Amino acid sequence: MTGAWRLGLLLVTGVLVLIDMYLIFAYAPTERSMGIVQRLFYFHVPVILTSWLAFALAAASSVWYLVKRERVCDRLAYASAEVGVVFFTVAIITGAVWAKPVWGTWWVWDANGTLTFVLWLIFIGYLMVRAYAPDAERGRRWSAVTAIIGAATVPFVYMAADWWGGLHPERVTGPGAQGSLESEMFVTLMFSFVTFIVLFTALIAERYALRSDEDTIEELRLAAA
Amino acid sequence: MRETLRAALTIYAKDVRLELRTRETLFSVLAFAFVVAFIFTFAFEPSPQLIASIGPGIVWVAWIFTAVLGMNRTFLLEHERGTLDGLRLAPVPREALYLGKLLSVVTLLVTVEALMLPAFLVLYDLSLFNVWFIAIALAATVGIAAVGTLFSAIAVHTRAREVLLPMLFLPVALPLLIGAVTGAREALDGEGWDGVGRWLQLIVAFDVVFLVLSSLVFEYVLEE
Repeated sequence: MTGAWRLGLLLVTGVLVLIDMYLIFAYAPTERSMGIVQRLFYFHVPVILTSWLAFALAAASSVWYLVKRERVCDRLAYASAEVGVVFFTVAIITGAVWAKPVWGTWWVWDANGTLTFVLWLIFIGYLMVRAYAPDAERGRRWSAVTAIIGAATVPFVYMAADWWGGLHPERVTGPGAQGSLESEMFVTLMFSFVTFIVLFTALIAERYALRSDEDTIEELRLAAA
Repeated sequence: MRETLRAALTIYAKDVRLELRTRETLFSVLAFAFVVAFIFTFAFEPSPQLIASIGPGIVWVAWIFTAVLGMNRTFLLEHERGTLDGLRLAPVPREALYLGKLLSVVTLLVTVEALMLPAFLVLYDLSLFNVWFIAIALAATVGIAAVGTLFSAIAVHTRAREVLLPMLFLPVALPLLIGAVTGAREALDGEGWDGVGRWLQLIVAFDVVFLVLSSLVFEYVLEE
């Protein structure tokens, strides 16, 4: 993606974020029983789904990298992990801040919460492998292995934590939804989804471009030496 | 298949012989396990009621930390003495290397765990001689070794190996820990298959998936 495209994407992201803030804080009604804190939900749900998407992207591009050995895949996986760590952190913080007044506790080890926490740790491990690897080539390979092993553990973590017990609100939209949302709330939530996915894409594009530049510099340095 | 197995057993025999001659790893790891178990006594002031609920947790935290310490040493000697290059050059499939090392790790961990059983009996009056408990413990140990062997091959080459192995291993092994602790509690409560079964199934499924997956990706870890 060229610089002009990325700049355009950033501008679009900025506009979407502004509209989203308006929808979240002015347009959507205040929820009756939870009050103002329920507005965190418009951040939490899209961010958490985007984080999971980041993990899926990192795992898929890691498999792709090990099979094809194309740097493109590795840069994509690395960018997903970096942006993913930030998104997971935001998801965990918003979840905790929301849970304290509503459930009376900061954190509940149900299946979703546990899985999120584990994936966050695996992403941190992923970045640590890259940072501590003796050379860049092995860092790329080993971090790909880390992401693949991490992805394989997902169903086990989910099932184990689910049996272990916990509480999480029923899903309110999408397949298997139990409750229903006010239409303004629904519109806001959907708009938030779009906004955070575009934001995620823009951040990935930025980090990806940075990694390509780094690779170019490395190649030039090798060529000069 | 047969070649792979023979090569794996050769590597395993080498590790066992080395350990029998030096007795380095087993005793240092065992000493560590005892210290952990001993520290918990003072951390919790265990009463019989408390032990009934946290006993399995104490056992598994002691075992899993010991496993991390022990697995950190799996490739350490190979790395320090440069014999990993020798293994890498050996005309055997990569899976054989993984399998051989895995067998060494399982043997080490099972030995340490078995030797710890009397310690838990004395320190906490916790009798772990229960068929279901032992079944769960063996299955979980295989899973721990399956993931740990792979990650220790990565961690040994890095500067921060003592931190990196637990950082990579513990989150992935979380389902094993949940299954082992909860299953152990059910088993010690006198539950049979009805209570323990699903945890055992979860652990065995984990073992199968990670044994296959780890032996497949192991070659990407070793590649120079």
